[in-house]
Amino acid sequence: MITDSLFFIVFFSLLLLMAWPLGRYMSKVYSGEKTVFDKIFSQIGNICYRLAGIDARQEMNWRQYASALVIFNVLGMIAVVALQELQTILPWNPEGLAAVPFGLAFNTAVSFMTNTNWQAYSGETTMSYFTQMTALTVQNFVSAATGMAVAVALIRGLTRRTTKVIGNFWFDMVRSVVWILLPLSILVSFIFMQQGVVQNLSPYIAVDTLEGGRQTIAMGPVASQEAIKLLGTNGGGFFNANSAHPFENPTPFTNLVQVLSIFLIPTGMVFMFGNMVKDRRQGYAILAAMLLLFTLCLGGVYVSELYGNPLMGNLGVNEPTSMEGKDMRFGINGSTLFATVTTAASCGAVNTMHDSLTPLGGLVTMLQMMLGEVVVGGVGAGLYGMMMFIMLTVFVVGLMVGRTPEYLGKKIEAYEMKMAIIAILFPAVTVLFGSALSVVIESGLAGMANAGPHGLSEVLYGFASTAGNNGSAFAGLSANTLYYNLMFAAAMLIGRFGVIIPVLAIAGSLAEKKVSPPGPGTFPTTGLLFVLLLAVIVLMVGALTFLPALSLGPIVEHLLMLQGITF
Amino acid sequence: MEKKLIKEETAVSTSRKSFNKKILMQACQDALYKLNPKVQVRNPVMFIVLIGSLLTTGFVLRDIFQGGENIYFTMQITVWLWFTVLFANFAEAIAEGRGKAQAQALRQTRTQTQAKKIVKNKPQVVEAASLRKGDVVLVEPGDIIPSDGDVIEGMATVDESAVTGESAPVIRESGGDKSSVTGGTRVLSDWIKVEVTANPGETFLDRMISLVEGAKRQKTPNEIALTILLVGLTIVFLVAVATVYPYASYSGVSISITTLVALLVCLIPTTIGGLLSAIGIAGMDRLLKRNVLAMSGRAVEAAGDVDVLLLDKTGTITLGNRMATEFIPATGILVEELADAAQMASLADETPEGRSIVVLAKQKYNLRERDLTKLEAEFVPFSAHTRMSGVNLKDTMIRKGSVDAIQKYARERGNELPDNVKSACEIIAKSGGTPLVVVEGSKVMGAIHLKDVIKGGIKERFRDLRQMGIKTVMITGDNPLTAAAIAAEAGVDDFMAEATPEGKLALIREYQERGMLVAMTGDGTNDAPALAQADVGVAMNSGTQAAKEAGNMVDLDSNPTKLIEIVEIGKQLLMTRGSLTTFSIANDVAKYFAIIPALFSVAYPAFGVFNIMRLATPQSAILSAVIFNALIIIALVPLALRGVKYQPLGADVILRRNLIIYGLGGLVAPFLGIKLIDMLLVVLHLSL
Repeated sequence: MITDSLFFIVFFSLLLLMAWPLGRYMSKVYSGEKTVFDKIFSQIGNICYRLAGIDARQEMNWRQYASALVIFNVLGMIAVVALQELQTILPWNPEGLAAVPFGLAFNTAVSFMTNTNWQAYSGETTMSYFTQMTALTVQNFVSAATGMAVAVALIRGLTRRTTKVIGNFWFDMVRSVVWILLPLSILVSFIFMQQGVVQNLSPYIAVDTLEGGRQTIAMGPVASQEAIKLLGTNGGGFFNANSAHPFENPTPFTNLVQVLSIFLIPTGMVFMFGNMVKDRRQGYAILAAMLLLFTLCLGGVYVSELYGNPLMGNLGVNEPTSMEGKDMRFGINGSTLFATVTTAASCGAVNTMHDSLTPLGGLVTMLQMMLGEVVVGGVGAGLYGMMMFIMLTVFVVGLMVGRTPEYLGKKIEAYEMKMAIIAILFPAVTVLFGSALSVVIESGLAGMANAGPHGLSEVLYGFASTAGNNGSAFAGLSANTLYYNLMFAAAMLIGRFGVIIPVLAIAGSLAEKKVSPPGPGTFPTTGLLFVLLLAVIVLMVGALTFLPALSLGPIVEHLLMLQGITF
Repeated sequence: MEKKLIKEETAVSTSRKSFNKKILMQACQDALYKLNPKVQVRNPVMFIVLIGSLLTTGFVLRDIFQGGENIYFTMQITVWLWFTVLFANFAEAIAEGRGKAQAQALRQTRTQTQAKKIVKNKPQVVEAASLRKGDVVLVEPGDIIPSDGDVIEGMATVDESAVTGESAPVIRESGGDKSSVTGGTRVLSDWIKVEVTANPGETFLDRMISLVEGAKRQKTPNEIALTILLVGLTIVFLVAVATVYPYASYSGVSISITTLVALLVCLIPTTIGGLLSAIGIAGMDRLLKRNVLAMSGRAVEAAGDVDVLLLDKTGTITLGNRMATEFIPATGILVEELADAAQMASLADETPEGRSIVVLAKQKYNLRERDLTKLEAEFVPFSAHTRMSGVNLKDTMIRKGSVDAIQKYARERGNELPDNVKSACEIIAKSGGTPLVVVEGSKVMGAIHLKDVIKGGIKERFRDLRQMGIKTVMITGDNPLTAAAIAAEAGVDDFMAEATPEGKLALIREYQERGMLVAMTGDGTNDAPALAQADVGVAMNSGTQAAKEAGNMVDLDSNPTKLIEIVEIGKQLLMTRGSLTTFSIANDVAKYFAIIPALFSVAYPAFGVFNIMRLATPQSAILSAVIFNALIIIALVPLALRGVKYQPLGADVILRRNLIIYGLGGLVAPFLGIKLIDMLLVVLHLSL
């Protein structure tokens, strides 16, 4: 337990050490200030602008920004569907994989476009190398960049005064991809390749096993996709087993690199926020609230998994008793850290079978997604999602100091409140509606692998994961059916654009306002009290919304497990 | 001034007590009237409760005719749901009560007034209601002024108690800042001609009636935003509770709709939802009690947000007038000689400054007042041209005036200001005083120190404001030197010297440009643009019609210091809203602990571990939560009306205190309350 704690502390220290300078760098990138890499990157950027015929200096109001974003994403989605359908006639398909069925192709396209990377397919038996590279990996980059752009636009809204414009979408996209995501991905993929992650276009290899059987070993350009899978909090594995596959995540060292990669940019963005609003303590406060919630969740999962399943203990299994679905390479610490990080950051990569987590461990991972993916959260999405909760906190608590609510000197009024509520409400309602519907209709019940509360947990997890744009799966659910493909696609779209559009609307509305200078009479949004309040509000909203559902899922499952009843 | 306020408040509260019973009865009645769905729908949270109540009532009726298992339980739940709605209605009705009573009294003064309209130079008796803008009416002793207007001729004493509650008559005269009269007030002596400035239905009294009645009360911006938040929470809980049904049916747990309605009503923010409008009305009412009329709720909210207070020096920071405090003789002149000359020059001077010179000479040098007529002296009043006043005696002339004016006067007579007088004047000016120089014949006698007297306690007031993060700016026509000295003495943060109406307007715009909200008071017509520009503009009731129309509040007492209280009331209003919202949401935790185990422990007895309050039965647990939810509304009505306790402290201190009381309190109180109610239910055998 002490070594595990040390391991977690090493993780946190490395994370903060790397995220801090990245935050400074990113604030320069988005403000258009000079960076050391401008010589190369500017040229690449200018080529992009020239090819597309874009004037990146032309600032947009929020509606223009949102339409550019939506059109770009929809076109990307269509391209992904087309590439999947046409993969038989496209190159780099050594295994001759067939065109993907439309329902699944649509679900996958939505999933990668929304940065969810919910996978109702197995990569190695469904997608050609060409599809993996040009459709899925490209979306990994641009969906991440989309989230970052929205966060930056919101920050601009908070810092600018009396203007309608919140930046240029294309500028933000190009900056995100060229200045940040590409260089980091190249770096990380080299580390992975050094550690043994494969990177080739070879056909699958058939080998004779020691036991005398024959096994097909899947190959592919894995390392290049793996890096952005984590850095962009996408989570879509090259193989079905995702980061549990030894070609994706071969060693405990790569495992640490993977969890760090997931949190790196979301954490860096919070530091960036502090830099961009010219008050670093504002960023520290948000990060503290996020990490406080994360530490609680990590503790919850870790303790629950360490405690394990007493029923297994009774059968004479040695401690730890909850190793089902976990890899010996990673152990309890590496597995629980990964599971908590991936659900906290809306990544969705997995190195552990979440379906096999103890009921309470599963509850925590589920809850993190239900909280709106704001415990650190996805790239950009975590920050702007948290901003919605900050609006809520500032509104409720800010009134108590006797002023109308304000954040960073911007008044939070009816319009902002309406949009913030929509952004928080949409994903939550989607999870509740979707799961409630699925447990009463035939096509929903058909997909469940387990009965009773565990079956409910599977469905709840599925909707929490898709609406939260996480993409990890509880795996028990057979999701590749028309019903679930469409339902989850809808959940992913609502969870993505039902948040992004209100966020941009808030950015636009805030940009038009004046900034009232802070004074002793204004509600302080730094300091311990605010950190605690923010964390409590996030927890309260999530817990109050989902408690009845969770009660009949993981909570009752845990209670029954203690009584010796399993499902 | 402070004393007067307290006196008025006690007067109000005693008159309130006699009202209390009537208001209470009226409120109970109104609570029932407000069940009208058209009224309820204005409050979405309570509207949901109303629908829930109707639903469970339907179940009760069905069970009566068809027989049901838990009819007794459903009945109890239904009764308490109706009470929840009624309690919320009652809260609003009682808040409206005082305003209604006052409006009734006001309406009586308005009815059937007759007016003497001047037609072709002759007065002609017409109905007041027929008067239009621009008509001229004659008002004589005993007449009620028929409408709002400006005095264009004459001067009269007017009893304005109908509007202000202040019985001492005031003087209204043509020209200047005392020319406006309000319809419904009564002329006591002399006569005036009034040009009507308001059409029927638009008079001050009309507006006042509709304001205090709250009939057309618009939701204020922050109230709208808060309502959106509450609706959002309500939708979340609606979905969360509605989905329990399918989850439960999947899990093989049977749950009645009545129970789900009970759960829903407990979770949605009924406490703040039920009290929200009462809080708003009570805020306006608190202003009204201090004789301030807010033209909109928006202004009251803005008052809480104010960052900068522009305060007129005279009347707010200093007592109205400068007082003579010292005589400084020129070299070779005895101080008594100076005092004598100064007193002589001021005997007929009726300005407060002049009176104070006479008084000082009498007190300090024992110089009696003399009769000017006996001395055959001729008084020379102050004129803008000479900028001096004085007296012409048989053998000599005495003048007093500003340094410049007297220097010119002395020079014309071949004399100069002595050096010691010059330097004395400079010292006086630097200290914030105003020097006056006295000259007899051509001989400069010396200087008089006129001093602004800072109001007692005002410095502490400003310190409090600073702690609250509010900047105070003193506005004065004085020169910068004098202004700086007074500003330092009073402890304001900043000052504007040699202020002009345009300068004031520019200053307000400058602060607003920097994102600050500005409050100010004003009474003159030339204040009107600044009053209109300010976020909170408080016009003095004694001021001109233009000023009253430009501002968004009117102080019936015409007391500029009240601006500070207005800010405090605004803050208190917002605090009350925030505190009760926090309380309401924090309550939900305990309610979940009561209801969730009750819902599921029949199917899964293991859920009993969450019944940490050890409530007797599932039914009693649900019932207790519903009863607590209803009773807490009534229990908090006094707080909603009174407002949370307000202290002038920094935001972080206030926040910490309110969080402990309403956040932590909101978390703990329902655990105790629900347990207590559950025990009572068991004792009364209502727990089933």
